[in-house]
Amino acid sequence: MIDALIDITLLAFLAITAIAIMRTRNLFAVIMLFGIFSFLTAGLFVVMDAADVAFTEAAVGAGISTVLMLGTLAITKEHNEQLPAHRPWLPLLVVSVTGAALVYGTLDIPAFGDPQAPSHLHVAPRYIEQSLSETGVPNMVTAVLASYRGFDTLGEVTVIFTAGIGVLLIIGGQVQRKRRKGNKK
Amino acid sequence: MKHNLILRVVTKLLIPVIVLFALYVQFHGDYGPGGGFQAGVIFSVTFILYALIYGLDTAQRVMPMGVLRALASLGVLIYAGTGVAALLKGGNYLDYGVLAASPVAGQHLGILVIELGVGITVSSVMLLIFFTFAGRGRA
Amino acid sequence: MIDYLLNHYNYWIVIFLMMVGFYTVISRGNLIKKIAGLSIFQVSVFLLYISIGNVTGGTVPIVTEGATVYSNPLPHVLILTAIVVGVATTALGLALIVRINEAYGSIEEADIHDQDKSL
Repeated sequence: MIDALIDITLLAFLAITAIAIMRTRNLFAVIMLFGIFSFLTAGLFVVMDAADVAFTEAAVGAGISTVLMLGTLAITKEHNEQLPAHRPWLPLLVVSVTGAALVYGTLDIPAFGDPQAPSHLHVAPRYIEQSLSETGVPNMVTAVLASYRGFDTLGEVTVIFTAGIGVLLIIGGQVQRKRRKGNKK
Repeated sequence: MKHNLILRVVTKLLIPVIVLFALYVQFHGDYGPGGGFQAGVIFSVTFILYALIYGLDTAQRVMPMGVLRALASLGVLIYAGTGVAALLKGGNYLDYGVLAASPVAGQHLGILVIELGVGITVSSVMLLIFFTFAGRGRA
Repeated sequence: MIDYLLNHYNYWIVIFLMMVGFYTVISRGNLIKKIAGLSIFQVSVFLLYISIGNVTGGTVPIVTEGATVYSNPLPHVLILTAIVVGVATTALGLALIVRINEAYGSIEEADIHDQDKSL
């Protein structure tokens, strides 16, 4: 009961923060609100029994993402977003249609937390019952991540490595002289 | 930031604690929440904190960019190398059961080694990206 | 009726967050805001998966004494990978923004289009 209450409250705060991110025009405030959004998500993950995911979201989302966005803001020195030029009717229409289609898709989804939902019945019981005896590691998430699904983690490490190389290639070199004269604001 | 005495002293006291916590999360990822990714990010935060308080030049003297590039490649090499070691010992690629005396011990050893590789790569890449962004802003 | 609402509240709020992120990407012109909207979209997808993996009365998927029901560990593994890949793409997107700013002098989409059209 108390779980459900915390869940509902945190999700409501998340929705309010997301709307605030959309409407705020000061970019520094947007980045700070994004940090708050990440922390609320990490809290929500803890309530939903996902400890590893909460840890990673708090460290990576509220830590690294926020720091990198602040670094970009410091480099571009842009303080406020400009007002949008046209009325947002077309984006609102697209978003409403997509949202309605997604809600229609969730109408017959199993109830939140149902132990008999199909996602818990086919492959998961095998991992839950046998991961300790097969790998000797009590943390099931680490066992699946590192041993049963080890190839995926190899791909993930390669993706991070590639992102590092990409950032080095894009902004690791010397700053070019401006090629267009007289176009600075 | 260089003239703030409280910040500098507290940073000097905190950095060893954060490094210890990162190592704890790395090696206890088997018994509790944690693992390579979280530990790598926490470890890189120590150097980011150091760079914020003591300046980017000092931080780049402590941890040069060349060392970071080598460490990032080393982590991926450790991970892929464990798979090749399993191949050389007669099993499939990334089949940890053949790495030690018994399959369960081999699995445990394999998981430990690849999480180490993941932690090294993640920490060096996060630090690399931060140093690149900070260095660009200074130019 | 109220039961149905409580059971599906998680999913509908997640869809609402997805749509807020999507709207921010397609209707705002500032590039940093677009990246923030994209991140909101990604995080809401993670929430959807973890909501599907939750089991009422279950506990963290770490083998402990006295626990019988565990939450499903497979969505956790998937989302762990997805979070780290998400931060990698965000870092690359922000690096591109820095280069765009150096080439055009602005990070507003309208300014960039005007400069391109006036060539």
